[in-house]
Amino acid sequence: MRTNPYLAALCLLVGVFMLGPVLLSVSAGFMQNYALGWRGGFTLQWLLEVWRGYGSTVLASIGIASAAVICTILIGLPCAYALARSKRTWALWFEELITLPVAVPGLATALALILVYGEFRGFRQHAAFILAGHVIFTMPFMVRVLTAAFRRPELRTMEEAASTLGASFKQRFLGVLIPAVLPAVLSGALMVFTLSIGEFNLTWMLHTPLTRTLPVGLADSYASMRIEIGSAYTFVFLIVVLPLLWLMQLSERMLAKRYAH
Amino acid sequence: MAFYTTSRWQQFCAVPAIVVFFAFWLLPMARLFALPAEKAWDTYFIVLTNTNYLLSLFNTVALSLAVTAISLALGGAVGVFLARHKFVGRAMFLSALTMPLSFPGVIIGFFVILLGGRQGLIPSLSDSLGLGRWTFAYHFIGLFLAYVYFSLPRAISAYAAAAQSIDRSLEESARILGANRWQIIRDIWIPELAPTTLACGAIIFATAMGAFGTAFTLASKFEVLPITIYSEFTNYANFAVAASLSISLGLVTWAALALARRRAGNLALGI
Repeated sequence: MRTNPYLAALCLLVGVFMLGPVLLSVSAGFMQNYALGWRGGFTLQWLLEVWRGYGSTVLASIGIASAAVICTILIGLPCAYALARSKRTWALWFEELITLPVAVPGLATALALILVYGEFRGFRQHAAFILAGHVIFTMPFMVRVLTAAFRRPELRTMEEAASTLGASFKQRFLGVLIPAVLPAVLSGALMVFTLSIGEFNLTWMLHTPLTRTLPVGLADSYASMRIEIGSAYTFVFLIVVLPLLWLMQLSERMLAKRYAH
Repeated sequence: MAFYTTSRWQQFCAVPAIVVFFAFWLLPMARLFALPAEKAWDTYFIVLTNTNYLLSLFNTVALSLAVTAISLALGGAVGVFLARHKFVGRAMFLSALTMPLSFPGVIIGFFVILLGGRQGLIPSLSDSLGLGRWTFAYHFIGLFLAYVYFSLPRAISAYAAAAQSIDRSLEESARILGANRWQIIRDIWIPELAPTTLACGAIIFATAMGAFGTAFTLASKFEVLPITIYSEFTNYANFAVAASLSISLGLVTWAALALARRRAGNLALGI
């Protein structure tokens, strides 16, 4: 096929537009002075300052994201199973309903949560408040992946076979179904973890000075710190999130291959 | 109907999810919906009756429409190109292009500050060329570039996936019948990709309408609705108005997605 040179140039331009800022930001985090550029020399000083000032936000984010993964699996997995097997109208409605927190801006969900739970000081000031928002926001992603997995026809056949062989519900669920959907669980878990780590719209409203996550700290540093510190902090975020992204793409490819035939 | 589907355990499996969803979303949302009524009934329509809020809504819709149009056009061209050309590093290029999907909006706002802010790269370049400091980060242009930045990856990956599954024989037949490039684009590509355009367009529009982090970082002079809601809530403690504006914003994004879903099916959720 002939390659259209204008289209190729456009692709290259879009590539520069998408990747240029990332490279600029990473390199700015190591510059003595952004205004001088590379001529000013390089340093690790900003990275150290980020670790001193905002290191706790990295751990808090990883903690909240891990908790969100655990919660969405514990709550979402049985729910996905019920939704996949039920033919009742309420199940269809509920499947639609739980996607609403994704369709409605995070700001609205956060305001609503504060209106109802803002008075409960202990909860409001605890990281669990942020976790509640993240679980509501990421749940549809987990449920959708798992519902699709539970709906696969060969899984129904396996479940039926186990059932005719006399397996109890518990044996079927733990011994047959869960092992069969594990790849989907992994894929959903990576998705939830990545979404939770990067979530800002909800988190900014829900956080308190003692419960700051990575994106909240980023916003704070952009507003109040010098541009080199903001860049170094962005670099830290990329270090955390990029491996997750690659793992996610890898797991998607694995999942596609596994279910290809 | 097999007998195992009637297991009595099965029905209880959804209970935890229903409880959590009720407690942390339905109940809070019901409170949000009821709040404006406690002040006055016409608070619900304040986004239409107050000129400041109306302007903010207009800004947000105009920005989101512009961002959607340009992202679909660029993303369509790049996505289709990548689907049709095999070259070394193509998969890596595609995955690098979609990487910003996982960035929070604040980071994208910061990128624009690095490029066009007070100490930005482009203002210093334009200054050294004797054109004066061209600081664009805090105006419409800055916001627009940032929104296109986080919308493009979605469009590129959607079009790349859709273009791969298009029947190539249609295009070959058209070419044999003497169709030129524009006719092929107009009569085959655009109709074939229409479901993707609709679904992806709705997602991009809804995301742009509700985006908060980017506008928050840029502290733009071009005010968008999420920022208006935020400042009503935190700066003026005007809870009823903030609730009413959030309801309006939520209805717009929900309607855009629901409309596209009706036409294009499940594609239009991005999940």
